Amino acid sequence: MASGGTTPGVAAVSVAGLTVVRGTVTAIDAISFDVPQGEVTGLLGPSGCGKSTLMRAIVGVQIVASGDVTVLGAPAGSPGLRSRVGYVTQAPSIYVDLTVRGNLRYFATILGAPDDAVEQVLDDVDLRGEADRLVGQLSGGQRSRVSLASALLGSPDLLVLDEPTVGLDPVLRRDLWALFHRLADAGTTLLVSSHVMDEASRCDRLLLMRDGHLLADGTPAELLARTGSSDIESAFLSLVEGGAA
Amino acid sequence: MTWRRTLATARRVLEQLRHDPRTIGLIIVVPTALMALLAWILTDADFHKYGPPLLGIFPMLVMFLVTSVATLRERTSGTLERLLSMPMGKGDFVFGYAVAFSILAVIQALVVAGVSFLLLGLEVRGSAWLVVLVAVVDGLTGTALGLFVSAFARTEFQAVQFMPVALIPQLLLCGLIVPTDELPRVLEWISWLLPLTYAFDAMQHVAMNPTPDTRFWIDLGVVAAMAVALLAAGAATLRRRTP
Repeated sequence: MASGGTTPGVAAVSVAGLTVVRGTVTAIDAISFDVPQGEVTGLLGPSGCGKSTLMRAIVGVQIVASGDVTVLGAPAGSPGLRSRVGYVTQAPSIYVDLTVRGNLRYFATILGAPDDAVEQVLDDVDLRGEADRLVGQLSGGQRSRVSLASALLGSPDLLVLDEPTVGLDPVLRRDLWALFHRLADAGTTLLVSSHVMDEASRCDRLLLMRDGHLLADGTPAELLARTGSSDIESAFLSLVEGGAA
Repeated sequence: MTWRRTLATARRVLEQLRHDPRTIGLIIVVPTALMALLAWILTDADFHKYGPPLLGIFPMLVMFLVTSVATLRERTSGTLERLLSMPMGKGDFVFGYAVAFSILAVIQALVVAGVSFLLLGLEVRGSAWLVVLVAVVDGLTGTALGLFVSAFARTEFQAVQFMPVALIPQLLLCGLIVPTDELPRVLEWISWLLPLTYAFDAMQHVAMNPTPDTRFWIDLGVVAAMAVALLAAGAATLRRRTP
């Protein structure tokens, strides 16, 4: 799928002809696109369309069948990228039998993050009040914020976030999107996935996915103009039906 | 691999255990209770004969189970994948666990040996401290085996089922049931490839001899070397990229 517009600046992530096979299923089918630096790019598509697999390939934890994934100028998964790429999986990957602060302290040491980083990210995700509680006693939304905070610790250049706002209350969701844009303004590149189309308007740029294919790649305004739709959900439908015809 | 990350991992594992006092209790109480049961069912002579080797074997069983389930939880919860996507050495992970569980193995061995010698009337010709030393190395070997074997399990059910696979044959061949030199030749050769055989030999040596000879130290060295080799093999099974 060709890129809809020109790419401003240098690409933080460059995917070329990526194919991923999981078991007998082709989860990602010859996808190519660029993610520009310092922007919030949304990866939207229904559950099971390959968003998580694509994100795993960008982080470098996924065995790929073919194609190239270049992240911050190096092949995805290179040792030098391990402290520059933050990754948050859909299910919170944190220790339930540690406190919030215990989790963050441990990951900060592994990342070699400065001492004040833990307190900073606690404020970023609004969990200061829960810092000394065991993660096992927190709600699902609070756990996913601990997982997000762990990825923010090393001030990574690229943040790959798999459905970070699922199940959060609207106020918190708005605050997190504000945080994502603050990080982007400071130069961080963010790739954020969602299966909720109404999050599209919060992104600088969109990648629409379905069944392992890329349907579209461009700014929300471009996608709406191209499909003559009034919202991203209708744009998605028109792209799916246009592609099938 | 760096000391900072290895020790941070050890500290984190101990902190997790601190929030789970029941598991710590089980790790220490179970082998102690098994020794008490043994003292109760055996005559004094038999207890002095079988007590020391089993004092080494029980910690190995317990540490094997605890470690294989703990590392499997890291795999299924996604924390292992997160760590391996960070600047974390595979050795940091494995040796971090080994350091944490070694500390636990020392406490466990001191309590089990303390109760056995002071309350249950266990007697050995050699030093009781050497019994503790062998028990600690045995516990560490159980940890190393558990770490290695958990790589081949997908679920906690499978991990627990690996215990009979990894430990029962060692128990049958180590010399406890039939002296190794009376085993069929092939089995005798196999027995000398298994860490428990050396652990058993070392423990029996302390039970029978007032002072340790070279063979005791070689036995102990072999068990320790096998534990380190298993830890390295466990590190080699970790994969940064998965299907």
